[in-house]
Amino acid sequence: MGDRPHIEVQGLSVWYGGQQALKDVSVAFPAHGITAVIGPSGCGKTTLLRSMNRLLETSGEVRISGRVLLDGTDIYAPKVDVTEIRTRIGLLASKPFPLPMSIYDNVLYGPRIHGLCRRDNADATVERYLRAADLWEEVRDRLQSPAHALSTGQQQRLCLARALAVEPEVLLCDEPTAALDPISAQRIEDLLRGLKRHMTIILVTHILRQARRLADFVVFLWLGELVEAGPAEQVFNNPCNERTRAYLMGDIG
Amino acid sequence: MKRLRRLEEYLFRFLMGLSLVIVLGSLMLILGTMLWRGLPSLSLAMLTQVPKGGYYLGEEGGILNAIVGSLCLAGGATLLALLLSLPVAIYLHTYAGCSRAAHLVRLAMDVLWGIPSIVYGAFAFTIMLWIGLRASLLGGIIALACLELPIIVRGMDEAFRLIPSALSEASYALGATRFETATRILLRQATAGLLTAVLLAFGRGIGDAASVLFTAGYTDRLPDSLLRPVASLPLAVFFQLGTPFPAVQQRAYAAGLVLTVIVLTLSVVARWLSRRLMHHVVR
Ligand SMILES: Nc1ncnc2c1ncn2[C@@H]1O[C@H](COP(=O)(O)OP(=O)(O)OP(=O)(O)O)[C@@H](O)[C@H]1O
Ligand SMILES: [Mg+2]
Repeated sequence: MGDRPHIEVQGLSVWYGGQQALKDVSVAFPAHGITAVIGPSGCGKTTLLRSMNRLLETSGEVRISGRVLLDGTDIYAPKVDVTEIRTRIGLLASKPFPLPMSIYDNVLYGPRIHGLCRRDNADATVERYLRAADLWEEVRDRLQSPAHALSTGQQQRLCLARALAVEPEVLLCDEPTAALDPISAQRIEDLLRGLKRHMTIILVTHILRQARRLADFVVFLWLGELVEAGPAEQVFNNPCNERTRAYLMGDIG
Repeated sequence: MKRLRRLEEYLFRFLMGLSLVIVLGSLMLILGTMLWRGLPSLSLAMLTQVPKGGYYLGEEGGILNAIVGSLCLAGGATLLALLLSLPVAIYLHTYAGCSRAAHLVRLAMDVLWGIPSIVYGAFAFTIMLWIGLRASLLGGIIALACLELPIIVRGMDEAFRLIPSALSEASYALGATRFETATRILLRQATAGLLTAVLLAFGRGIGDAASVLFTAGYTDRLPDSLLRPVASLPLAVFFQLGTPFPAVQQRAYAAGLVLTVIVLTLSVVARWLSRRLMHHVVR
C-alpha cells in the first residue's frame, strides 16, 4: 500500500434505532485501484458505503460515531460542507434511478448545480461523459428522450455517466451489477476496471467471483465487524482469519 | 363445506354488486336531477347576462355575475393557497421527514381538513372585522384559501411520499442541496399528484357556500374590485332557490348545472394534463 490512504475509516459505529449495524470498524482504503467490500447479506456493507458520502444521515433514525477521513480531514467534522463531500465522492447505486428528465439533462444535472456547465460546452460535456460510460453510441440520436425509456443496463451506465460528470475522486459502488443481465454487468465491470487508474473505487459486492476479477484490495465484514482487510491476492489465497476462509469456501454466509 | 364456500363467494359478489349500484346510482341520480331541472332553464342569456331588475330577485337576465365571481374567488383562493402550501409541503417532506414537528403539522392539517366550512367563514369574518375589511372578493379569497390550504398541503405531502427515497438520494449523491433536490427533482416527479391536489382544492373551493356567505357577500354586478362584494354559484343556488318565484328558481338550477359542469371539466382537463406532464417521470 505504501502511500497515504485516500479514505480512512476510524472506529466507526452505526446504529439504526437501537440496532447496531457497524461495530467499531477501522479500515483504510488506498488511493486508486478497486477495493472490494465483501461479506454476507446484512453484515453492513451498504451501511459502510453510505457512511462515506454521508448519505446515511438522510435516512431516518441513524446514529453515527467515529471518523471518516478523506485525504486526512474528517468528513463528519462540524464545519464540513456535505454537498462538497458528496461532489468529491460519487455513488453508483445497485438499482439505477435516472432523474425525471431527458438523457441529456441527466448527465448535466451535477455540472449545472455546481455551476460547471457553460452554454457553449454543454454538448461536449454530455458527449464526453456518455462516452466515458460507454453509452454514447447507443443514445447519440435520442439525447432528448426521457431517461427512463432506456433499458436497465443502459440506465445504469447513464447513472455512471451522471456520477462521472461531477469529476469525483472516489466512486462508491453498491452492488452495481445486481439488477443487470450478464452482458450489461460485464460492461460495467470493464468500465470500472478502466476508471480505477484515475480514481479510487470502492465496490460492494456479494459476487465473490466479481471481487476476484476486479479487486486490488479486499475488505471482509461479518455481522457489522471488520474481520479482515488487505491486498486481494493475500485475502483470497491466504486469508489470516478462520471466518474469512470459511466464507470464501462457501461454508458460511 | 364446499357448498358453504361457494355460497360465501356468491354472497360477497352480490354485496359488491349492490354497493356498486348504490354508488353509481346516486351519482346518476344527482346528475340526472341537475340535468332535468337545470337544462330547460339553461340558455345563452343565462350564461352571458347578469340578473336584471332589482337585487337578485329580478326575473330577467342570467347568472354571469355568479359564474365569473366563482371563478375569481376559487381561482384567487387556489393561487393563494398554492403559494402558501408549496413551501409547507416541501418543508414537511425534505426537511422535517418524520420528526415530531412534521407529525404535528400533519395532524394539524388533518384537523383543519375536517373543520366545517362555516367555521372558516366565521374565522375569516372575524379577521376581516379586525382589519376593517367588508364582505368582498378579497375576503372571500382569504376564507376559501384557508379552506383549501390543508387539502393542498396533505395532497402534496402524499404525492411526495410516493416518490422512492432512492431518487432523492441519487440527487443528494451528486452534491445537490435539499432545496435543489426538492425544486428540480421532487416537484417534477410529483407533478401529477400536485396537480390533482390543486384541482381537488379548487373543486372544494368553488363549490363551497358557507365560507363565502359572510366574507364575499353577493351582488348582481360582475366583480370589478378586490374590495367589493362578488356573487358566487353556490350562493346563487342558495338564495335563488329560496325565493317563491319560479323564474328566479330556474336560475338556481342553471347555476347548479354550471357548477357541476365546471368541476367535471376541470377533472377531465387535469387527467389529460397530468398525462402530458408525466412524460419524464420515472416509474
Ligand atoms: N434504514 C434502516 N433501518 C433500520 N435498519 C437498517 C436500515 N438499513 C440497514 N439496516 C440494518 O442494518 C444491518 C446492515 O444493513 P446493510 O444494508 O448495511 O447490509 P448489507 O451488507 O448491505 O446487506 P446486503 O448484502 O443484503 O445488501 C442489517 O441488519 C439491516 O437490517
Ligand atoms: Mg447492501
